[in-house]
Amino acid sequence: MAENRALHHKVTRRRLLGAAGIGALALSKPSWAQTMIDLPLPGGPDAREITTAFPQKGPMILQRTRPPLLETPFEVFDKGVFTPNDQFYVRWHWAVIPTDIDTDKFALTVHGHVNQPLSLSLKDILHGLPGVQLAAVNQCSGNSRGFFEPRVTGGQWANGAMGNALWTGVRLKDVLDKAGVKPGAVQVRFKGLEEPVVADAPHFMKSLDIDHARDGEVMIAYAMNGEQLPLVNGFPLRLVVPGWYATYWVKMLNDIEVLNQPDTNYWTKVAYTIPDTPHASIKPGETNVKMIPINRMVPRSFVTNIASGHKVSAAAPTTLRGIAFGGDYGVASVDYSIDRGKNWRQAQLGKDEGKYGFRQWETQLTLSSPGKYSLSTRCTNSNGVVQPDTPNWNPAGFMRNVVESVDVLAV
Amino acid sequence: MFRILLSATILLGVASMLAIAHAATPSELKPVKVDLPDSDKMFPDGPGADAINNNCLACHSADMVLNQPALSKQAWATEVNKMINNYKAPIAPEDVGAIVNYLTALKGN
Repeated sequence: MAENRALHHKVTRRRLLGAAGIGALALSKPSWAQTMIDLPLPGGPDAREITTAFPQKGPMILQRTRPPLLETPFEVFDKGVFTPNDQFYVRWHWAVIPTDIDTDKFALTVHGHVNQPLSLSLKDILHGLPGVQLAAVNQCSGNSRGFFEPRVTGGQWANGAMGNALWTGVRLKDVLDKAGVKPGAVQVRFKGLEEPVVADAPHFMKSLDIDHARDGEVMIAYAMNGEQLPLVNGFPLRLVVPGWYATYWVKMLNDIEVLNQPDTNYWTKVAYTIPDTPHASIKPGETNVKMIPINRMVPRSFVTNIASGHKVSAAAPTTLRGIAFGGDYGVASVDYSIDRGKNWRQAQLGKDEGKYGFRQWETQLTLSSPGKYSLSTRCTNSNGVVQPDTPNWNPAGFMRNVVESVDVLAV
Repeated sequence: MFRILLSATILLGVASMLAIAHAATPSELKPVKVDLPDSDKMFPDGPGADAINNNCLACHSADMVLNQPALSKQAWATEVNKMINNYKAPIAPEDVGAIVNYLTALKGN
């Protein structure tokens, strides 16, 4: 089991100009002070800036300025099952991101192996097709990568590269039907407006099998949590692939191509691949492993109201609360353990807002005597898949879903 | 946002979250024009700093590299070659060694 270190946030203010007078500091937060946070990643570096510099976004953990990688501060997940748009995590691949979107001129093209190529305006999409809504978790393939041991390269996320929103949009199936998919189509490829700085670098594109694309659940979203998407979350249109990792949720979606051959583009065939093994796990250094594109998510659960290092009262009831999600299925149950996984008890589940979303859970427990305790949580999804009690490992740092724990002291 | 929706739910006595949220869904999208912040942070001074500053900051800010864990020289070489081969970073061949050595000196293990 892994200690949920991401909960152990220590917010500090770093004084960039050490010569400032104490009196000035006492009156107000100086404009040059930087709010910092520690993500205690094994071996570090763990210090990150909390930034409010990004448009339409509140305080976010700055992992990378350009292209933006912004992590959701973990305490946000205690507020409810829907992650606020202004603190929803952000992840871009390439640095050329349009910052000026004219909604009258924006068009989504549908082409390739279809009877009738389309160019749809935003009005066509908002008013010309049936609207649908769905709650779904969007989680980076590499969420929690910073906890991999041995460490691996990539965005050094703690557990905040995930979020749950109520997505509003249209079914991808309806858009494809409007274009008329020709017999022999095998995949559908999605491309957004982001572009690489270097001209011959691979444009970011992802593909889904044709049957998946037409399953009636995959959608093209124009709103999250009842509002248009923040630009850095993919305004104006984002693909929503419920139950699948966020790499497929193409942002600023403006191009859909129906393919009559499997997609061989870099981002589908080479990048974002996982070992074809249980939990996508291999031994560090293991070679000659069959790799497959990352796909369905797996269950996870977290304590959100108590962080590692906190003190709780012994011999008095303590509320333990958190979130869980089932991955590609709903949450069947969330269990908790106060003895490092020897015994498990079932927590109470909150309202079901949809099988692909976060589910809140809660329990009351009493730690009978003073001392150190490890409080663990474990989600089982409705397909019977349970979080493992040992961490997985792969060189890309994908699909972590080990049982997480917070360490507390009962006094 | 959801606090507003939830209060509306209570006020109207409507049980369905979906119905309320649907009512709040935009019927048109407003144009957006924003500025994204950039970073002028350079890599710390040291042998090879010019090579890494000149070759690597076009595609990504320095913080991405500085936030990486300590890695072996071989692992840093793999990363630099990944940038060249997979992501087409136009790094002059004579700079590759200097960049790998710089990274190993700064964040080696």
